[in-house]
Amino acid sequence: MSGKEATAPYIVQGRLYVPYFNYYGALASEFYRQLRDSKKIMGVKCPSCDKVYMPPRSVCAVCFGNLNQLVEVSTQGAVLTYTVIHYTYSPSYQPATIPYAYGIIQLDGADTGFCHLLGEVDLDRLSIGMRVEAVFKDQREGNILDIKYFRPVQK
Amino acid sequence: MANRVAIIGVGQTFHTSKRPDVCIPELCNEAVRAALEDAELTIKDIDAIVVGNMELFEGRYHQDLWQVDYVGSYHKPGFRVTTGGTTGGTLPCTAFFCAASGVFDVVMAVTFEKQGEGDSRAALKTVADPIWDRWISTGAIGTFARLGSWYMKESGATEEHAALVRLKADKNACLNPYAHLKLNLKTVEDVLRSEMLVPPLRKLDMCPTSEGACAIIVASEQKAKKLSKKPVWVKDWVEVHNEARYNRGDPVSLENLEKAALTIYRRNGITNPRRDISVAEIYEPATWAELVWYEAYHFCEKGEAFRLVEKGITEREGEFPVNPSGGVIATNPIGATGMIRVAEAALQIRGDAGAHQVSREVKRTFTTAWGGSSWTVAHLLSKSVD
Repeated sequence: MSGKEATAPYIVQGRLYVPYFNYYGALASEFYRQLRDSKKIMGVKCPSCDKVYMPPRSVCAVCFGNLNQLVEVSTQGAVLTYTVIHYTYSPSYQPATIPYAYGIIQLDGADTGFCHLLGEVDLDRLSIGMRVEAVFKDQREGNILDIKYFRPVQK
Repeated sequence: MANRVAIIGVGQTFHTSKRPDVCIPELCNEAVRAALEDAELTIKDIDAIVVGNMELFEGRYHQDLWQVDYVGSYHKPGFRVTTGGTTGGTLPCTAFFCAASGVFDVVMAVTFEKQGEGDSRAALKTVADPIWDRWISTGAIGTFARLGSWYMKESGATEEHAALVRLKADKNACLNPYAHLKLNLKTVEDVLRSEMLVPPLRKLDMCPTSEGACAIIVASEQKAKKLSKKPVWVKDWVEVHNEARYNRGDPVSLENLEKAALTIYRRNGITNPRRDISVAEIYEPATWAELVWYEAYHFCEKGEAFRLVEKGITEREGEFPVNPSGGVIATNPIGATGMIRVAEAALQIRGDAGAHQVSREVKRTFTTAWGGSSWTVAHLLSKSVD
C-alpha cells in the first residue's frame, strides 16, 4: 500500500440477520382469520366509551378497559389524510415502486383511522374525504397485505 | 439526601417458554393490571411510567411506542431504560430516582421479555463491539462455562455442587406459581444426567429463555403511607458499570459484583451480610454464577461458597435464604428478570410470597441484577422506614 490507501481510515462492514416471530395476540389473530377466510374487516368495540377501534386492540385507549367484543366494520370508508411518494430511498423497505400513495383511512362503522396503500387511482386526483373501498388479494395469507390497497369506490 | 420511597405494589405474569396467546403489549398489560390490583390503585393514580426490556430481542427497537395505551402511559411522563441484562435492575432504580426526587409521587415501572419472538443470539451479537469482539463473541453459555471451570480449579468445588444449586432452585420454583421451569428434580444425579453444553456447564446448570412481564409501583414516603397498608421501604440502590474490556486484570469479572455489594453494605451498616440481611434474591443465570457470586457478594469467604450449598445454608428454610423464588435458573425473561428479584423481595418482606414465603421474619432484603460486561445493580429493601 502507498499514498492515500496506506493511511485511509478503516471501516468494519457487516450485516446481521435479525429474525422475528411476533405473535398477533388475542384480537389481531381473529382479525386476520376473518380477513383471510371471509374478506371481513373486524374492529373492536369499547362498550363503556361506545367507540369502535380499527385495528382492534385489547385495551381501550380512553378508559383502560379490557376489550374483546369484535364487530364487523365496512370495507368502505373515507381518506382522512394521504401522501404521494416520489422518491426511492430503499427498495427493500418500501412497499411499492414510485410513484405510489398511502393514506389514513377510516372505515364506516369504525371511529379510528389506520394506514394503508391507495391504488387504482389518479394520484393527481386524490383528495381528503375521498370514498375508498378495500381490494382484497386472491390468495390471502393472514397479514395486512391481504388487502392489496384501497381504491376509489366504484360507482 | 433524597426523599424516602417505598414499593406499594408488585405484579408478575406467569412465565413459560412461549405465550402465543398474547402480543407484547397484552403481556405487559397483564403485569400492569396485577400491580394495580396488588396496590389497590387505578391507572389514574400513576403519575409517571418507566418501561424497559432487552432491546432487539423481539426484533424491535422502541417497543414502548407500541404499548403506551396498554401500560397506561398515554400523555404521562416517562422513558424507556435498556441497560442490557441489568435492565430489570436499573428500571426499579429509575422509578426510585423519579419518586425520590420529589418530582413524581407515584411511579410505575413495567418490564418484559418475549424471548420466543426473536433470536436473542442475533441481538446479543449486536451488543459486541464490531471492531474488536463481534468476530469472536458467542453469547452467554461460554461465559458461565469459563466461570465454572475457573471456580472448580480455584476452590475444589465439583459438578455435584453446581447440581445442588439447581436442586435448591427447582425445589423453590416448584412452590412459586409464577416460576417457569418446575422439573421436580430429586437427586444430584437427575441434574448430572442432563446434556453437557460446554464443560463443565450442563443444560440444567443454565437458565431457560422465558416469556413474561413484571410491574412495580413506587411512591414517595407521604403517598406510600397514605396509599399502602404494607409499604416496603427502599433503603438504597447502586449501579456499577465498566467498559466491556479486561482493562483492570480481572479475567472472571467479579469486581463489579463486589463493588455493588460492598457499597450497599458500607452505606447501610451491614458488617455481616448473612446476619444483617434476611433474604437475598440475586440474578444468577447459571448454577456456577450463584456459587462464585456468593463469594463476590461476601456472603462467605473466598473458596467457601460450595460449602454453604453443601450445608443447605442458602435453602429457603436455611440460615440465609437465597432465591426462595427459584431464581433466574428457573425463570429468565431477561428484561424483567432483575425486577422480579425486587418484586419477590418485596413480597417476602410483606409476608405475601405464598407457598415459597420463608418462615422467618424478613426485615431486610438484598437484590441484584447482572448483565454484560458484568454490570451489576443492587438494591436494599426494608420492612421498617428507618
